[in-house]
Amino acid sequence: MAMEYFIQQLINGISVGSIYALIALGYTMVYGIIKLINFAHGDVFMVGSFIGLYSARNLANAGLPPVLVLLLSLVISMTVSALLGISIERLAYKPLRKASRIAVLITAIGVSFLLEYTGVAIVGPQAQGFPEILNKKQYTLFGSIQVDSNQIMILGTTIVLMIILQFIVHRTKIGKAMRAVSYDMEAARLMGINVDRTISATFAIGSALAAAAGVIFGMTYNSVDPMMGVLPGLKAFVAAVLGGIGSIPGALVGGLLLGTVETEVSSLGYSSWRDGVAFAVLILILIFKPSGLFGKNVREKV
Amino acid sequence: MLSVQGINVFYGAIHALKDLSITVNEGEIVTLIGANGAGKSTLLKTLSGLLKPKTGSVDFLGKPIAGQSVQAIVKQGLIHCPEGRRVFANMSVEENLELGAYLQNSGSLAADFEMVYKTFPRLLERKKQLAGTLSGGEQQMLAMGRALMGHPKLLLLDEPSMGLAPLLVQDIFRIIQEVNAAGTTVLLVEQNAHQALKIAHRAYVLETGRVVLEGDAKELADSEDIKSAYLGGH
Repeated sequence: MAMEYFIQQLINGISVGSIYALIALGYTMVYGIIKLINFAHGDVFMVGSFIGLYSARNLANAGLPPVLVLLLSLVISMTVSALLGISIERLAYKPLRKASRIAVLITAIGVSFLLEYTGVAIVGPQAQGFPEILNKKQYTLFGSIQVDSNQIMILGTTIVLMIILQFIVHRTKIGKAMRAVSYDMEAARLMGINVDRTISATFAIGSALAAAAGVIFGMTYNSVDPMMGVLPGLKAFVAAVLGGIGSIPGALVGGLLLGTVETEVSSLGYSSWRDGVAFAVLILILIFKPSGLFGKNVREKV
Repeated sequence: MLSVQGINVFYGAIHALKDLSITVNEGEIVTLIGANGAGKSTLLKTLSGLLKPKTGSVDFLGKPIAGQSVQAIVKQGLIHCPEGRRVFANMSVEENLELGAYLQNSGSLAADFEMVYKTFPRLLERKKQLAGTLSGGEQQMLAMGRALMGHPKLLLLDEPSMGLAPLLVQDIFRIIQEVNAAGTTVLLVEQNAHQALKIAHRAYVLETGRVVLEGDAKELADSEDIKSAYLGGH
């Protein structure tokens, strides 16, 4: 029975972890390419969630079938958020390309507040219910383990997005340019790579993944508000550091690991410790393995 | 092919190039020699657009290019193979070469790979290997092969023999001559002045950001001043 309980919590943890992983990817990709911790990233996740909410509501009212509502809401939310990500980079970070890193970091915090309070001004501070897009169905595995259709949808969406991301990063021209720029920006420029466009593409992809996480989050917790990005954003940052910031597989593993640890901690009866444990993980990683699980030890060039 | 007239380039407050002028004619190998800090790499970076000259002009194929983006300059066939190789260590040999052809039509890609693998057979053996796992000499070959993938009309080579074993140095210089014979003009920066003067047609000697001597490579190699200052002997 204890084992089954553990597996049950593991399944729940993977759902939460998928959300962290999708957000963490944006942190890690942006850090990889311009060495910026983009603290506005959690708020892009929030915007993505709201766009998903309005799309789903309107599309469902128009009488579309649920699966189509879900797919279209995802696509719309990801597209709009990608454009938002590109605009943030162009307007707020690009003018600071030659400024000190702390200046850009403070700007990112400013952009974060801007998105949060613009959200409050437009939709109000209260939480709103997220429409139930798919009818929840419960499935029972091996006698006692419960899985619902939402969890299957989350895992499916995350896996599909990861495959697309792997394909983009390893097989396409823009993906190769992204890896080249993040490894050595000047050498990439000498290949004729348009560095600004490559950075924009990175923000677009990261923001689209955060938006997908926003839609999934809405469907899981049924409640969205303009401040909803703060905590998941910070935790996804922890996940990215845990996996090794700058590493794409690291973000994925870090997110899933953090989600699982959190869920197991709550399931053992310490749910008030859940958030604390996430940040304790950050502290431990920074003390014992600052480069993270998949990070490389960065040596100073001689 | 390349005409640089009176450029002044600054690195922050440092006046790195002072009223510097050089020309490179089509088909030549021209070498820049001089001590560390003389401004050789700065000049190459200015030509490829990484640095902008404050004053003066840079004409390539009859058109002014100073102030253009690196991308625009690469597109016109001026390709800079930087000091220290700068290969993308986290990517395979094949992917590195592909990035060298970033602005080329995919139609010529297969033929370009063949040309580079013929010039550097070692790269073909290692094509799936990560560039970071190659030896220093192989990385230099990769850096040069990657530059060739961009169809250079003028190839800027910065210290291609740096840190290589003597036998490999011979190889690298032989390949530079082959590349030149196949129709690519070369501007070569070298610490190894002795070797560079052997394969070059003409040479410029730089000192603290200025051209102090220029002329036929053979004549410079024989001149007593050069021998004592740069060739380490009498």
